Amino acid sequence: MTQAIIDWAQSPAGAFALFSALKILCAFSVLMFIVAYSVWVERKVAAAIQDRIGPNRVGFFGLLQPAADAVKAFLKEDFTPGHVRKVYFWLAPAIVMIPSLLTMALIPFGSNIGSQKMVIADLNVGILYTFGIVSLGVYGIVLAGYAANSKYPFLGGIRSSAQMISYEIAMGLSVIPIFLLVGDLNLSSVISYQSGGIFGWLIFKQPIAFLIFMVAMFAETNRLPFDLPESEQELAGGYNVEYSSMKFALFFMGEYAAMTTASAMMVTLFLGGWTLPFAGLDQPATTLIGGILHIAIFLVKMCSVIFMIIWVRWMWPRFRYDQLMDLGWRRFIPLALANIVITAIIVWAATK
Amino acid sequence: MQDILFYVFAGLVLICGFLVVANPFSRSPVTSAMFLVLTIISLAGLFVLLHAFFLAAVQILVYAGAVMVLFLFVIMLLDLKVEDRRRLKVFSIVTGLGASGAILFMFMRHLLHAPLVGQSATLSEGATIPLGHLLFENYLLPFEVVSVLLLVAMVGVVLLSKKELK
Repeated sequence: MTQAIIDWAQSPAGAFALFSALKILCAFSVLMFIVAYSVWVERKVAAAIQDRIGPNRVGFFGLLQPAADAVKAFLKEDFTPGHVRKVYFWLAPAIVMIPSLLTMALIPFGSNIGSQKMVIADLNVGILYTFGIVSLGVYGIVLAGYAANSKYPFLGGIRSSAQMISYEIAMGLSVIPIFLLVGDLNLSSVISYQSGGIFGWLIFKQPIAFLIFMVAMFAETNRLPFDLPESEQELAGGYNVEYSSMKFALFFMGEYAAMTTASAMMVTLFLGGWTLPFAGLDQPATTLIGGILHIAIFLVKMCSVIFMIIWVRWMWPRFRYDQLMDLGWRRFIPLALANIVITAIIVWAATK
Repeated sequence: MQDILFYVFAGLVLICGFLVVANPFSRSPVTSAMFLVLTIISLAGLFVLLHAFFLAAVQILVYAGAVMVLFLFVIMLLDLKVEDRRRLKVFSIVTGLGASGAILFMFMRHLLHAPLVGQSATLSEGATIPLGHLLFENYLLPFEVVSVLLLVAMVGVVLLSKKELK
């Protein structure tokens, strides 16, 4: 029996399954850790900007605050109001979490350790898959709004579906120039295209695409300045009004997980992924230390982007809804289309 | 493994497809729309089993991600209490079964007489580059015609949604 298991683990299929499971486990736990601590960072940054102290009671510097919050979320009464649509009310918080977890599978979070590539699924259609999964993210919020069966959550749900559909178009169009340059949809080839010199990073080659992608990302993750689906002052909290305890916490975690995944996408597409343009760090690692270093570089870049997103939240006022739609449809989509045409002409001229 | 997955996805497609049109537990249009989303995602799973990754990704992106969200959007904005109360009618069951039976009959007649074809010759593994070559070299004209058709539809929608023409 044990011999059979060892044989299976040494066969290609078995090794693939084992290593994939290991990578999934690691990526998932790191993601959850980042989600928990970005909440803490958010509160600390907010406090610093507003000249307060922020959480400092639980643990050193309030570092155990996320654990305390988790315990609170689990122990609170899970109240289901009588007027909700039960099935969707239970389903919606789960659906919110799923897309950001699925997108993580595509992100190359390091070069390689040993013979293993540090990506869970190295798909040829990488970016298309990512956009497909991201576009499913809207269901969680829409269903939450519908399930609550009352006015404000419903308005929040409707707002979010309109907002996410609009900005998905701008987001999708903004990355097309990148793939015109790279000539492949695979995310690993996007990173190898960006190796060699800091000006090889696509943020410098495609600044307009980066700008559009970043703003669309804010809108897709429902973060301020585009957090209209849950704007407290108008909608009393939006789609998650009727939720309490762990179900509410899942919405909260879903927002931060989406934020983390979006930062990982941004690092991969525009900021060179796991590469650094000196000391030979832009080539796939040959040693164990190199492999770990690449993962560390990726994590540092990702956390900087998350920090930027948090910072923006406490610095900007919220957009009005018509301004949001105007920006998406009348500014970004034409700009993104023009960017595609210009890049296509340049690529065509270069190959002639 | 592949066979098991095929039966899982095919079963899901059939069950969810059935629940879209005739759900015995709920007559809510939102439930139907959600089962249609599940049908589309299971279909994408079948495409993956056929190594058509591009098709699978586009299927989810376009149908589940964009078209169905708009469907849901419209369904939620309309007042569909009447639709909720409506029961299945004998007439619609009979005609529906008749129509799908006729289609099944035609398929089966064709399939049973068709010679068995082995692995298809042009297995391009669903990669994007061969697909691009195929679309823009061999089938350029149909592709352009479809694009123009979509453009016409888009212009038409813009025209219809304008309240007053100047």
